[in-house]
Amino acid sequence: MKLSLENLAVAFSDPQGGLLPALGPVSLAVGEDEFVCLIGPSGCGKTTLIRVLAGLQAPTSGIALCDGVPIARPMRGFAIMFQEANLMPWRTVLDNIALPLEVAGVPAANRYKTVRALLPLLQLENFDQAYPAELSGGMAQRVALGRVMVQEPQVWLLDEPFGALDALTREKLSLELLQLRSRTTQIIIMVTHNISEAVLLADRVIVLSPRPGRLVADVRVDLPRPRFPEMIYERDFLRLAKRIRASIDEISG
Amino acid sequence: MQESSRTATAKIEKRSLSARGNTLRRLSPLATVLLLLLIWLWISDREIISPILVPPPADVAAAFADALADGSLAAHSFTTLGEMFYGLLLGVGIGLAIGYAIAKAPVLEHVLSPIIVAFQSTPIVAYAPLLIIWFGTGPASKVVTTAVIVFFPTLVNTIAGVRAVSPNLLDVMRSLDAGRWQIFRLLELPAASPVLLAGLKTSSTLAVIGAVVGEFVNPQRGLGYLVTSARNRYDTPLVYVSVLTMTAIALSLYSLVALVEWRCLSWRRRSLN
Repeated sequence: MKLSLENLAVAFSDPQGGLLPALGPVSLAVGEDEFVCLIGPSGCGKTTLIRVLAGLQAPTSGIALCDGVPIARPMRGFAIMFQEANLMPWRTVLDNIALPLEVAGVPAANRYKTVRALLPLLQLENFDQAYPAELSGGMAQRVALGRVMVQEPQVWLLDEPFGALDALTREKLSLELLQLRSRTTQIIIMVTHNISEAVLLADRVIVLSPRPGRLVADVRVDLPRPRFPEMIYERDFLRLAKRIRASIDEISG
Repeated sequence: MQESSRTATAKIEKRSLSARGNTLRRLSPLATVLLLLLIWLWISDREIISPILVPPPADVAAAFADALADGSLAAHSFTTLGEMFYGLLLGVGIGLAIGYAIAKAPVLEHVLSPIIVAFQSTPIVAYAPLLIIWFGTGPASKVVTTAVIVFFPTLVNTIAGVRAVSPNLLDVMRSLDAGRWQIFRLLELPAASPVLLAGLKTSSTLAVIGAVVGEFVNPQRGLGYLVTSARNRYDTPLVYVSVLTMTAIALSLYSLVALVEWRCLSWRRRSLN
C-alpha cells in the first residue's frame, strides 16, 4: 500500500467568517512498510494530517491518495488511535477492543476469540471484564492500542498515542509498540513531540513548521533494526536526533 | 500482593457497612407510611374529622375488599393501565423520535420549539376536552392525553442525552466506518441511556396523571371514572380505594423503571466505586 499527499491543505472557518489555515500545503509520499513519525510544534496541524488520512477530515485543497484512490471517507485497512484512549465507559475491556469487529459484523464468539488471543500481548489478561474507569492511564491506552490491532490494519494512524502518559509508562509502551512493529509489516504514521521517541521508532522523521504546518525536514533514520532502547546513547542516534532538533529550532526561531 | 488483599478486605468491610446503611435507608420510607397510617387510625378513631371526609381505615379496607370481590377494581385498573401503556408507548416513542431529530439537526429546535413550549405550558386539563372532541369518548382520547403529558420529559431528556454524546467517541465510530444505525445502537443509545431512563421514570408517573385526567374529563371507565362515580355517591371509602390504587400503580411503574435502570447501568455503579 502507498500513501501520497499532494499539496494537501486544511483550513478551518473562524468565528469572523474567515478561514484559518491549519495545515499545508504539504506533499509527501509514504511507501510500503514505512514507519513515519511526524514531529512539530503544537498546533502545526499534525493531528489534522492524521485525521485527513483517517477520512475524518476533508481537505480544503489538494488531495490525499491511497494507492491512487482519493481518501474521502474512512478507508478499509486504516485504523486510528487518538490522543486519549476514547473508550466506551459502558463496555468492558473485552467489548471495547472487540468494537471494530462488532461494527464489521463479526459474530460474538469469533470476535471474543480474536480479542482474547490479543490480551496477553497487551498485558491485559486479567482485565478483560474491567470497565475503563477501573483502568490506569497506561492500561486504557493499551486497550485503545488493542482496538487498533484487532482491525489488523495496513495503515496505523497514531496521534500522539502515549502523549497523555507519564514518561516511564510512555517509554514502556513505545518499546512495546517497537516489538509489535518487528512482527508486522505495515505503514505506521505516528505523531509525537518527543525527538528520541521518533528516532528510536521511525524509518523517517518528518518535521512540520508552526501553523499552518509545512514540511521543513524529511530525515531518513538509517539505524539498523531491530532497535533497542540502548541505541539512544549511540553516535548515529545522537547525530540524527541533533539534526532533527536543529531543524525544529530553525523554524521556531 | 498482601497490600492488595488488605485493601480488598477494607473494601469488603466498607461495603458491608454501607449495606447496613442501605437497609436502614430502604426501610425508612416504610416507617413513614406506617406513621401516616397510625395518624389516620387515631384521627378516625377519635372522630376528629367527619368520617365522610376521612373514613376509618377499616371502611376503606372493606370497600377495597368489595371492589376486589365484584371485579370492578380490577376492570377499572386494567382500563387505566391499558391507556397508560399505549399512552407511554405513543408519547415516549414520538418524544424519542423528535428528540433525536432535534438533537441531530438543531434547526428543527427553532422550528418546533414554539409549538412544543406552548403545548407544554398550557395545563393539560384545559385542552383535555379538546382531545375528547378529536379522539372520541373511547379509550383513544385517554391514550392521547397520556401521550401528550409523557411526551415532553421524554423529548427534553432525549435531546440532552443525545447531545451529550462525546464527539471523541463519535470519531471512533466514524473511523470504523460505522453506519447511522450502528452509531445509534452502539454509541448514542447506551451513552444517553442514563438520561433517557431518568426521563422514563418521570414519564411513568406522569402517565397515571394523563390517563386519569382523561377519565375525569370524560368519565366512562377506569380509575378516574371510579373516583368520579364514587364521589357522586358520597362513597368516600371507594374514592380512597381508587386514589390509593392509582398511587400503587404509579409507584410500581416507577419501581419497575428504577429496576431496569439498576440492571442496565451496572457499569456506572462499578465505575463510581
